[in-house]
Amino acid sequence: MVGNEWNQLSPMNVDPRQRARLLAALYLAQEQFGWLSEEAIDRVSERLTLLPGQVRSTASFYSMFKLEPQGEFQIQVCEGLSCYLAGGAEPIIDHLSNLLGIQPGETTPDGKFTLEVVQCIAACGSAPALRVNDMLYEHMTLESIEQLINSLREGEW
Amino acid sequence: MNARNLSSSSAFQPVLTRNIHRPGSERISIYLDHGGYQAVRKALAMKPEEVIEKVKQSGLRGRGGAGFPAGIKWGFMPQDSKLPKVVAVNTDEGEPGTFKDREIVEQDPHQVIEGVLIAAYAVGATRAYVYIRGEFFLGVKRWIKAIADAYEHGFLGEDILGSGFNLDMSVHRGAGAYICGEETAMLESLEGKRGLPRQKPPYPTTAGLYGLPTLVQNIETLACIPHIIERGPEWFSSIGTAESKGPKIYSVSGHVNRPGNYELPMGISLSEIIYEHAGGIPDGHKLKAVIPGGVSTPMLPADQVEVPMAFETLSSIGSEFGTGAIIVMDETTCMVEATRRISKFFAHESCGKCTPCRIGSQRIFEILDRIEKGLGHPGDIELLLELVNGIDGYTFCPMGSGLVNPVRSAIQHFRAEFEYHITNKHCLVKA
Ligand SMILES: Cc1cc2nc3c(=O)[nH]c(=O)nc-3n(C[C@H](O)[C@H](O)[C@H](O)COP(=O)(O)O)c2cc1C
Ligand code: SF4
Ligand code: FES
Repeated sequence: MVGNEWNQLSPMNVDPRQRARLLAALYLAQEQFGWLSEEAIDRVSERLTLLPGQVRSTASFYSMFKLEPQGEFQIQVCEGLSCYLAGGAEPIIDHLSNLLGIQPGETTPDGKFTLEVVQCIAACGSAPALRVNDMLYEHMTLESIEQLINSLREGEW
Repeated sequence: MNARNLSSSSAFQPVLTRNIHRPGSERISIYLDHGGYQAVRKALAMKPEEVIEKVKQSGLRGRGGAGFPAGIKWGFMPQDSKLPKVVAVNTDEGEPGTFKDREIVEQDPHQVIEGVLIAAYAVGATRAYVYIRGEFFLGVKRWIKAIADAYEHGFLGEDILGSGFNLDMSVHRGAGAYICGEETAMLESLEGKRGLPRQKPPYPTTAGLYGLPTLVQNIETLACIPHIIERGPEWFSSIGTAESKGPKIYSVSGHVNRPGNYELPMGISLSEIIYEHAGGIPDGHKLKAVIPGGVSTPMLPADQVEVPMAFETLSSIGSEFGTGAIIVMDETTCMVEATRRISKFFAHESCGKCTPCRIGSQRIFEILDRIEKGLGHPGDIELLLELVNGIDGYTFCPMGSGLVNPVRSAIQHFRAEFEYHITNKHCLVKA
């Protein structure tokens, strides 16, 4: 629990430098809680003496902040133009959908994988590209994706 | 030296990327071993006005998309301000086709730090904030390490190199929003808010981060600065065309044999980049269209690829230089699908602040989506053009013209393909 002195400060009079910490604080909370649950949002708002609404509103603007539970591995496939031209996007998304048995935006029942479709991840020169959590994977093929999923399943990541 | 000679790549030596093939190029030791942090010594021995003058003389224009002359922007920073001044470093690169900034920060961050130091000294800033795209995990790590090492070696902090000049620098990680690359949205995000663009004027040089005078610059722009100071503005302006100077990193992707980043002079022809450097089109296919500067720039048909890659030459043929991110499409590409895909990106990334962009980007995507699926209506092309005209010039920030550029240019150059899709309910190319 955070000390009382935080709560005595009016959220309206907050030092702007507190607010500047918000994105970093949301990253920390997300790491700790796995996603930005109500509890996580409340914790951040207490720490930074912001209103929970301010915190939630800001978090909801950014696609990397998750307001729903996520799988252990978040797979983000790029559907940008360069990835598509290199044979990526839908073929890869469909293949992953089949392998994992989920649609984009869903999480496997065992909580292991979340499949997400994203826009460009600045790997257009080594397309098709995807990300798993913070790691970038380039030059993907249907075979290399299958290998990747298998190794993630077996915990050999 | 003859500028024309240097516009062909034969006489050109890479400058910005000269170190990136060395193992450990991101480390301060490698940077120092190859002449790093010498330019800042030179700059600190000059008067700030002289430094600004040199950047003006070089003709350097911003590499983040808009191409604004850097030296002139530096000159806008108030000299007699009582307020502390700020440099904000834009590493938010997120436009499909663009991947040069990621390579710069991952492979040679010290080059940018040295550029920031020189810029901050010239405009009298004492704080520098790096805004980096949230997805660039390796980039974040490299920035943090590079800044820590620069402090340790006395290149950041107080009384830098005994000159009395102070600069603090820190990294802020974005969290997934293309619009945060727009300079005022970036400042909002740095302040911990939703990344909504601000009204301009006031421009950031007058009132930027927390209302302080703020110089916002792309990292490739900043990477040019040490070389301008070291080799002189004449060297820089000897490369390129009348209005576009210096070396440039072109990101090449799509249908080419060797996609990747190529550092080449400004003014080199688009066809030379595609055919000589990026290895031409695979499988003997023919070129169909090129996007010259990231998906927000108007596409060009194959018969226009002799154009020199320069701000003025591209705008003279109705396109834009943008970030110099070249996307190549061969004859197997359906232009309806390419345009649909680009418009999905913009519909997804519209920040929602103003109606023409928020609703317009969505409607454009929906119409292109139905045309692509064989469900288009007669009159859909006119409807698209009506939307384009209702968005361009009527939005709060420049994203509006960015989102209509691909649509308008695709219809202009490939209208028959759109018509075929609508009439025959399937694709002309993939039929
Ligand atoms: C929608 C939008 C996105 C932008 N994204 C970026 C970006 O990711 N990186 C960047 O440097 N500039 C970006 N810009 C341009 C910036 O607003 C600004 O012009 C630039 O950072 C100034 O630096 P420069 O003069 O060195 O290019 C973007 C502009 C708009 C309208
Ligand atoms: S044009 Fe309007 S809605 Fe679109 S990104 Fe800019 S401010 Fe946001
Ligand atoms: S389009 Fe997929 S990484 Fe850029």
